[in-house]
Amino acid sequence: MIALAGLAVILIGFLLRLQPLLVVAVAAAVTGLGAGMGPLEILAAFGKAFNTNRYVTVVYVVLPLIGLLERNGLQERARALVAGMRGLSLGRLLAGYMLLRQLSAGLGLVSIAGHPQTVRPLVAPMAEAAADPEGTMAEPEREKVRALAAATDNIALFFGEDVFIAIGSILLMKGFLEQYGLMIEPLALSMWAIPTAICASVIHGTRVMLWKPKPSARAELVDGRSFSSADEKDGRSTGSGRAGGEGAA
Amino acid sequence: MISTGFPYAVAGLMFAGFAAWSLAKRRWPNGLMWALLALSFLGGDRIGDVGNGVLVLALVAVATIGVRGAAPSIVTPERKAALAALYRNRLFVPALAVPAITIGGTFLFKGFPSLFDPKQATLVALTVAALIGLGLAAWLFRARPAEPLGEGVRLMDSIGWAAVLPQMLAALGAIFAAAGLGETIGGMLGGVIPAGSLIVAVIVYVGGMALLTMAMGNAFAAFPVMTGAVGLPLLIHGHHGNPAAVAAMGMLAGFCGTLLTPMAANFNIVPVGLLGLSDRYAVIRAQAPSAILLWIANLVILYMLAFR
Repeated sequence: MIALAGLAVILIGFLLRLQPLLVVAVAAAVTGLGAGMGPLEILAAFGKAFNTNRYVTVVYVVLPLIGLLERNGLQERARALVAGMRGLSLGRLLAGYMLLRQLSAGLGLVSIAGHPQTVRPLVAPMAEAAADPEGTMAEPEREKVRALAAATDNIALFFGEDVFIAIGSILLMKGFLEQYGLMIEPLALSMWAIPTAICASVIHGTRVMLWKPKPSARAELVDGRSFSSADEKDGRSTGSGRAGGEGAA
Repeated sequence: MISTGFPYAVAGLMFAGFAAWSLAKRRWPNGLMWALLALSFLGGDRIGDVGNGVLVLALVAVATIGVRGAAPSIVTPERKAALAALYRNRLFVPALAVPAITIGGTFLFKGFPSLFDPKQATLVALTVAALIGLGLAAWLFRARPAEPLGEGVRLMDSIGWAAVLPQMLAALGAIFAAAGLGETIGGMLGGVIPAGSLIVAVIVYVGGMALLTMAMGNAFAAFPVMTGAVGLPLLIHGHHGNPAAVAAMGMLAGFCGTLLTPMAANFNIVPVGLLGLSDRYAVIRAQAPSAILLWIANLVILYMLAFR
C-alpha cells in the first residue's frame, strides 16, 4: 500500500495545480522512501533516469527554425491560405488533418508532425482562420479552437500509429506475449488496431464537424455545461479555472 | 558511430545559446533553467548519477521560484502580414522540409547501420532536418544569426517549465517501477473480479489499462502489469480470448487514458504553453469526450469480437 503514496502526491498536486516539477520530485521522494530506498539512492536513481531520457527534450531543436518562420509571417500566411478557401470550415479542416495524420502514422511516419513542428505554426492558426473568418471571435473561444487542433493531432497519432507493424507498442506486445509462449504475428496485432482506428476517425471527426463557438462567449455561469461539459470529473467548477494564469503560459 | 551524441550536442549548444540570450536580457530564472538544460545535454554523461540528481533539484528549484513567460515579439503584426504577403507559399518550404528530411533521413540512416545507430535514426534525422531547414530559412529571409536565436528563446519561454516535465515524468516512471507500483495496483485490480464473469474481467482489464496509464502517464508501463494480472490468466487462458485482440485492445484502451492525463505531458501539457492557452488542462478537456467514447468502443469491440 505504501507504494501508492507517491501516486496520491501526484493526484493531489495536479488537482491543486501546484508547480508540477516540484510535485513530481516530491512524489519520487515519497515513492522511493516508501520502498525503503535511502535519500541519496533516490537522488541517484532519479538523476540517472532523467539523464537517459534526454531524448524526449531533443524535439525543441526545431524551435529556432519555427520562430524564424513565424517572424517572417508563417502564421499569417497559413491564415490567409485558409481564408482564401471559401467553404473550408473548421470541421472540414480538422477532419482532413486528422485523416492525413492517421494515415501517415499508420504507415509509420509518426514524426512527420507534432505540436512544435506543425500544430503551433500551421494547424492552429489555420483552424482559427477557418473557425472565425471575420476575426470577431472572443479569446476564450479562440483558445478552445487551438486546444481542439492540438487534441486532433494527439488522437490521430495515437489511433493511427498502432496500425503500423513496426511501432514500439506492437513490438512491446509481441515481446511480452512471447515470454509466456504465445507467438503472435505483428500483423495480427496491427489488424486488431484497425476497428478502433476507424472508430477514432468517426467519433472525433464527428465532434470537430459539429463543433460550434458559443454565441455569447462570456457567459460564465453556463461555461461548465457547454462544449467542455463532457469532462465528468469536475463538471462542478470549470468556470473559474481559466482565471488563474500562474506562470503557465 | 553517430548516435545520440550528435542530437544531444546540437540541443546542448542551442540551450546554451538560449541561456546566454536570456541572461543578457536579465531574465535570470529563464537563463538559469536553459543553462541547466545545456549542462544536462552537454555534460550529463560526465557528472554521474548523483550529479544529475542535483541538476534535477536545481531545475525544480528554478521552476518553483518561477520562470517568466515569453517576451512579446518585437515584430509588429502588420509587419508580419506584409512579410507573409511578400514571401507567400515560400514560407512553407522550410516548414515542410523538416518532416520530409526527417522521413528521408530515417530511411537513409537505417541503411548504413555501421555509420548510424539504427535505434536513433529518427532522432538524428530530426536534428539534421532542423539544421537544414534553419539554413534554408536563413538564406531565404537573409536572417541575421540573432533572429532565429531570439525567436527560438521566445518559443522556449512560452513552453517554460513544461519543457522539462516529460523528462521528469519519465524518470518518475523509473522510480515507480523500482518500487513495484504497477504490480501492486495490478494485484489489487485482479483480486476484485468474480470467478467466471467475462464481462467484469473485460471491464477491469480495459479500465485498469486506462487508469494505470493515467497514473503512470504511459500505456507501455501499464501494459505488462494489466496483461500479466488480468489479460493473460483470465481473458486469454480462462475465457480463450484471441491473444492478439486482447493485447491490441488493451494497449488502445491505455491510449485513451493517455489522452486524459497531465502525466502524458509532452502530448497534453506542452501544447498548452506552445499555443498560449490560459487553462492548463485545456487540451485534455478538448480530448476527453473523444477519449471516453473511444474507450467504450474498445470495450465493446473486445467483448463482442475476441471471444468466439
